[in-house]
Amino acid sequence: MNSVILIAGTRYLAGLLLIFSIYMLLRGHNEPGGGFIGGLIGSTGFVLFAIACGTADARRALRIAPQTLAMAGLGIALLAGLISVIFGDPFFTGQWLFLGASDSEKGLPISTVLAFDIGVYLVVFGSVLTLVFAMEEEI
Amino acid sequence: MTVMKSRNDAFGLLPVGLALLLFVWFLTFLPEVSDGKAIRYAMDWIPSLGITLSFLIDGLSLTFALLITGIGSLVFLYSNSYLSGHEHFVRFMLFLFSFMLSMLGVVLADNLIALFVFWELTTITSYLLIGFGHENETGRRSALQALLVTGAGALAMLAGFILLGMTFGSFELSEILLKSEELKVHSLYSVILILILAGTFTKSAQFPFHFWLPNAMAAPTPVSSFLHSATMVKAGIYLMARLHPAFSGTNLWLWTLTIFGVVTAVIASILALRQTDLKQALAYTTLMALGTLTLFLGQESGYAVTAFATFLIVHSLYKAALFLVVGCIDHAAGTRDANILGGLGRVMPFTAVAAGLAAMSMAGFPPFLGFIGKELKYAGALGVASEPIFVSGAVLIANSLMFAVAGVVAFRPFWMSERSNLPREPHEVSAPMLAGPIILAILGTFFGIYPDILQRALVAPTVASLLGNIEDSKDLKLWAGVNVPLLLSVMTVFLGLLFYWQHRRLRNILIVVIGRAPSFDRGWDRILDGLKGFAAWQTQILQSGSLYHYMFVTFATMLLSLSVAIFLKPMEITLPDHWVISWQGIALILLIIGGTLITTVTASRITAMASLGVVGIGVAMIFIGFSAPDVAITQLLVETLVVVLVAVALLRLPTLESEVGNRRPIDAVLAFGVGLTVTVILLSVLSQPLDLRLTEFFEITSWPEAYGRNIVNVILVDFRALDTFGEIAVVVVAALSSYALLRTTHPVSSDQGEQR
Amino acid sequence: MEALLAVAIGVLVAASVYLMLARNVLRFIFGLVLISNAANLTIFVAGRLTVGAPPLIAKGTEAPADGVANALPQALVLTAIVIGFGLFAFALVLMFRAYTTLGTLYSDEMRIAEPPEDAIG
Repeated sequence: MNSVILIAGTRYLAGLLLIFSIYMLLRGHNEPGGGFIGGLIGSTGFVLFAIACGTADARRALRIAPQTLAMAGLGIALLAGLISVIFGDPFFTGQWLFLGASDSEKGLPISTVLAFDIGVYLVVFGSVLTLVFAMEEEI
Repeated sequence: MTVMKSRNDAFGLLPVGLALLLFVWFLTFLPEVSDGKAIRYAMDWIPSLGITLSFLIDGLSLTFALLITGIGSLVFLYSNSYLSGHEHFVRFMLFLFSFMLSMLGVVLADNLIALFVFWELTTITSYLLIGFGHENETGRRSALQALLVTGAGALAMLAGFILLGMTFGSFELSEILLKSEELKVHSLYSVILILILAGTFTKSAQFPFHFWLPNAMAAPTPVSSFLHSATMVKAGIYLMARLHPAFSGTNLWLWTLTIFGVVTAVIASILALRQTDLKQALAYTTLMALGTLTLFLGQESGYAVTAFATFLIVHSLYKAALFLVVGCIDHAAGTRDANILGGLGRVMPFTAVAAGLAAMSMAGFPPFLGFIGKELKYAGALGVASEPIFVSGAVLIANSLMFAVAGVVAFRPFWMSERSNLPREPHEVSAPMLAGPIILAILGTFFGIYPDILQRALVAPTVASLLGNIEDSKDLKLWAGVNVPLLLSVMTVFLGLLFYWQHRRLRNILIVVIGRAPSFDRGWDRILDGLKGFAAWQTQILQSGSLYHYMFVTFATMLLSLSVAIFLKPMEITLPDHWVISWQGIALILLIIGGTLITTVTASRITAMASLGVVGIGVAMIFIGFSAPDVAITQLLVETLVVVLVAVALLRLPTLESEVGNRRPIDAVLAFGVGLTVTVILLSVLSQPLDLRLTEFFEITSWPEAYGRNIVNVILVDFRALDTFGEIAVVVVAALSSYALLRTTHPVSSDQGEQR
Repeated sequence: MEALLAVAIGVLVAASVYLMLARNVLRFIFGLVLISNAANLTIFVAGRLTVGAPPLIAKGTEAPADGVANALPQALVLTAIVIGFGLFAFALVLMFRAYTTLGTLYSDEMRIAEPPEDAIG
């Protein structure tokens, strides 16, 4: 795979896909999207990057080893589930905080549910890349 | 070696001290328990199942607790010298101490489930201790045998416990024992009794489960002394005594215990005389004692129960002492063979005295406690509910043989015949090893001279635990006047002397006779071999190791069970009115079917990959068309990744070849059948009304409670977040295992694999 | 439509059973992919089909409009797809490793862990 156009184009496409994946992740609670879809879209960008420029470049661009990301995601999801215990609720009960809420506006919602979805995102993203990178390199 | 020695001292004295502390602590209960009181402690364990961790200290359990901790501390002290410098000394002490705690648990537990747990713990620790010499084939075999025999019995016992607990709604022994009358007329009485007796008989090595106990002598001598004479084998006896108030008094109880007890006692005492290994001989006399104890537990009279309580203590004292003595002989002379040993009395005077005192108690000479025990046994035997002559005769024979064995074990090696070539030059053993036998032997003498102390402290409260009334306890007297038991005692001495005098000739006869009789030990091996053969046979059938075979069986089973379900409960298949058919839908379905068929028949990898992609996209389009945007996006992305991965893998894989083989038509038939049943089942499911309660709950609560407008996402990350967590964990595991599999930089080639 | 899809699912299942009974493990994996699709579709169809009404709650309302698609099977299928992908990837890597190690794609010839009966006697 040494097409110059593909290599040049992919760098931008991967970045765009990453941004788009985060958009899909964040809107997921109200519109189609979410952690699973976001993670898949994000990883697709990097898979493309790996195919076009090689996995070495892709790993460098990612900076963090994908399996670390996956494990971190699992940890974040678990923590998000455990936080509710502090408030005396059963595990995995969503906790919400509305920043700047007033009577008319709900404000910016920050929740353990979002943290959980971010964990899902990282797990899917990291797992897919762990697989694809390893396959690309070993085969 | 010196380092090892000092470690031994430090670690070795710790259990001695702890056991002694426990002994003293239990002694403090003595005044209260002697007054016939029972002390109970309880705390919740698994409250949802009604299981509490409760302990009961009454006469029976206190007697056992004192024997366990008292003999335990002496055995620990003894082991310090006996196993001094052994490389696994610390491990040994740990096992032995764990055993002691488990055994205490058994005798103190008031909850049946807790009792069972402790019971199994004694089985496991006993397994570890018998197999302590695990380098040795016999040791391993004996350990496994003991584990399997007692473990199998314990499982039956657990079933009995559960039935008992469910029948009375309580697992507390103290409550169940109050419902004796109700229990005896209950329809499940005999089932429960037989199940529980299966546990106690195996644990206490009653005939025909007796064979594991002599084999258990593979354990180091302190273990034999502690577990296989004084304490663990009496766990079964303890449980029968504990349940005596609730179960006794029926014909089933009376006859089962009497017959098993008598048979075990007589057979064991005959077999005991046959042995030349001192330890084996003692093991069989232990069996005899266990049989006698069982026999007396079958009865309800005051004499029988007093005989039980007394003999229990007597036996523990002298038998533990004698085992320890045999250990001393073994340690000093390097052999336990009765034919070689002789003349040790001059070099080992203290051991000889301890052995003599213990043996006199065992043989039942006055003024030793054994004499009182024997008198009570005769009184109890004469007072049995039926067939007193038969029972007394059995006890007489057993006692006389025991008399002879006492002579063989504890008299001959010290005082008879000059020693021939012993493997080691004998010497007197060290003080810690002497302490145990001497203290135990002296206690046997002391209580013989002052029996009323023992009676007030332990015997009467134990009898009260069984019969409910402290007044039922008979007096322990050295001189009870000229009566039938005394006459029987005199006969015992004469018969015993006769047996002892003739023991070599008897032994030779026995070896010939027993050699012809069926051996339970070999029978056990045959049973195990049969089981292993069966396991191998069914493994060969079920685990052929062929993927094709597994898949065929799986799908054939699926086809069979689904068809049976359809056949047994046929459902009407209806097509509701609102089923709309669109041309786009039909086109999609044709696309999916076409892709599927091409994947199935093609011999080209690229075609297969492409048509798989077509199927995936078709499915994604179905999701889009029927209002599932999230699912559709996920499906599309995953489909892309599948194609990428397959493409990468195909680079290095060989081309597909057409499947050959004459089973393909059969496979096709099976595949068609499975597909057809799935369709039929799905159609019948679709003809049923749909239960939408759960969906409605999610729809109503999604926004007001979970602040999300995308219901699918809210279900995933909020309502069912725990499930999702499990699922992403699976994804991580799959990715990491694939990664590990790929990163095995040196692939295991087939011959390396065999070398490992 | 449900009835037609049920037929299509039957075809998918039949094809995947046939493929999973093949000696070549690559075909087995194709069967695995197909049977995952079939299972996902089954769950989806069993929850009934709805056209043009995704399970979303419109802004300003508390609950979805009447007649939206059943959200529950969608949530089940969504995770099932991702897990199915994990399973597929693992199976593929396993097969690939088996091939590079043993040099064959035929399951009958992969007998290191469980040698054929005549070899162990």
